Amino acid sequence: MEFYNFKKKLEEKEPYKGNMIDNLKKLETYLNSELSIKIQNSLIENNELLIEVDQKDLVQVIQFLKSDDKCKFRQLIDIAGVDYPSDENRFELVYLFLSHENNNRIKLSIKFKINQIINSITKIFPSANWMEREVFDMYGIKFKNHPDLRRILTDYGFKGHPLRKDFPLTGFNEVRYSEKEKKVVYEPVKLEQNYRNFDFESPWEGTSYLKEIKKKEIDGKKN
Amino acid sequence: MVKKTKSLNLNFGPQHPAAHGVLRLILELDGEVVEKADPHIGLLHRGTEKLIEQKTYTQALPYFDRLDYVAPMNQEHAFALAAEKLLKIEVPIRAKYIRVIFCEIGRILSHILNVTTQALDVGALTPSLWGFEERETLMTFYERASGSRLHANYFRTGGVHQDIPIKLVDDIEKFCKSFPKIIDDLEGLLTDNRIFKQRNVEIGVVSKQEALDHSFSGVMLRGSGVPWDLRRSQPYEIYNELDFKIPIGKNGDCYDRYLCRIEEMRESVKIILQCIERLPKGPVKSIDGKISPPNRDDLKQSMEALIHHFKLFTEGYRVPKGDVYTAVEAPKGEFGVYLISDGSNKPYRCKIRAPGFSHLQAMDYLIRGHMLADVPAVLGSLDIVFGEVDR
Repeated sequence: MEFYNFKKKLEEKEPYKGNMIDNLKKLETYLNSELSIKIQNSLIENNELLIEVDQKDLVQVIQFLKSDDKCKFRQLIDIAGVDYPSDENRFELVYLFLSHENNNRIKLSIKFKINQIINSITKIFPSANWMEREVFDMYGIKFKNHPDLRRILTDYGFKGHPLRKDFPLTGFNEVRYSEKEKKVVYEPVKLEQNYRNFDFESPWEGTSYLKEIKKKEIDGKKN
Repeated sequence: MVKKTKSLNLNFGPQHPAAHGVLRLILELDGEVVEKADPHIGLLHRGTEKLIEQKTYTQALPYFDRLDYVAPMNQEHAFALAAEKLLKIEVPIRAKYIRVIFCEIGRILSHILNVTTQALDVGALTPSLWGFEERETLMTFYERASGSRLHANYFRTGGVHQDIPIKLVDDIEKFCKSFPKIIDDLEGLLTDNRIFKQRNVEIGVVSKQEALDHSFSGVMLRGSGVPWDLRRSQPYEIYNELDFKIPIGKNGDCYDRYLCRIEEMRESVKIILQCIERLPKGPVKSIDGKISPPNRDDLKQSMEALIHHFKLFTEGYRVPKGDVYTAVEAPKGEFGVYLISDGSNKPYRCKIRAPGFSHLQAMDYLIRGHMLADVPAVLGSLDIVFGEVDR
């Protein structure tokens, strides 16, 4: 009978991942030297490179990532919006890029305040069109120079931006077919019982790694 | 006197058999030539991403079955990998093999559906009847492993839910031995079929550059001659140990994409056979009691197991702070999950990257200048499933 050694690290088994980290480190230093001022922060975590830029420099940086010979991030994978209601810069947009030539991925993030208008990148990547529409639909973030900024996933005439943290899970309106009026009618949501969100999180115990993380955080604060 | 021409607006769908779901396509026609296509999507939007933010990691997994419901386990795979990457846990080797077997079954499931229904859209009825019989067999395999034919909920963070029965492995092997014959039969009906070729060759041509610009992935990219498959280029699980080829198209038209899908099914069969041959013994989920629930025997004997069970199914497990993007080569292309954890037991944000979303976006570019009758052919070869496009 054969059993697998769980302790074995991912890197040992998959050598290509080791190369990937080297490549990412090289890329990180290269980007920092080329775009020095524009990059606010860069870090490699979980074998992924994340760079933070100011929203003013967004288009320039993306143009550079796409056209530079050493980067060649020719494919935009996705644009993910994130909402941090308690932060000063409430919204974050994470652009995910892929380079086929170098077999690399990169994440680019911008943080900005509510009501900030962001430059559209549809000129550089045509596929950003729907992705930006989705972000607009879900978070209400507006894009400058977007050819056709309409809602995309929600209903015609929908109000609000569902993925904002302050949008309730149950929504505001529900639809049903009315036999009387012979059409679909919109009504305010009526629930037999309120949506119950149980908080089971135990304050006393976490798994060992969490304890380690907490320890590190405490140590970090002391320093 | 100048004669004024007025373009005709045609509403295609949302209830149209060739729309492959609930797609509403507003077409601007000049005679029979399409001038512009404006897809209206979102009619199947269920707010998956919002719902996942309210659920624990275990509870979030079944939502992935409901995205691309043609190949459910491939979707689960992306989420399981993302959570594992954040938790930094290793999956037992047997679980990896089982996952690969079922992902490849999913690939065959999806490709059968796509190839045969696309043929149906262009006028061939028989392939779908033959193909769906095989899909039924494959879904029985899903059922025997997970308990349900479609919404499997089988993958877990750290492995799979339970071990597969021994007899099932033999039956999958038997299927793999007989299935290439079925592919031959399907090919016999379609590959050299005059009507099928007239409807597909040089329709919806995508150049290499355009495929990259429009964020294509999977067969849409390979059909245009870009050698890119995540199973090979960024291998996950045990794909780097397996022997299989990546079919690449030349012309980037609907016909090449069809050929790619057919070849991929043959490769998938090879992968499954290799996995069955090598399938090792051992556990099928992580032995970390803080992440995977104890088995039923332990539950009756051990107090600790009981506590773990209770905690896992109420509180769930907590995932360390951080963000990851993991992608798998789903049958339709690169399916990715961008997961942000705030250190609690629920994901803070889970962005789902569906391949169909980018593919459908290119519909306007693909169909412009084609005839109205080509719309179903192109739409069929995009391999659209609305569960994942609308999310």
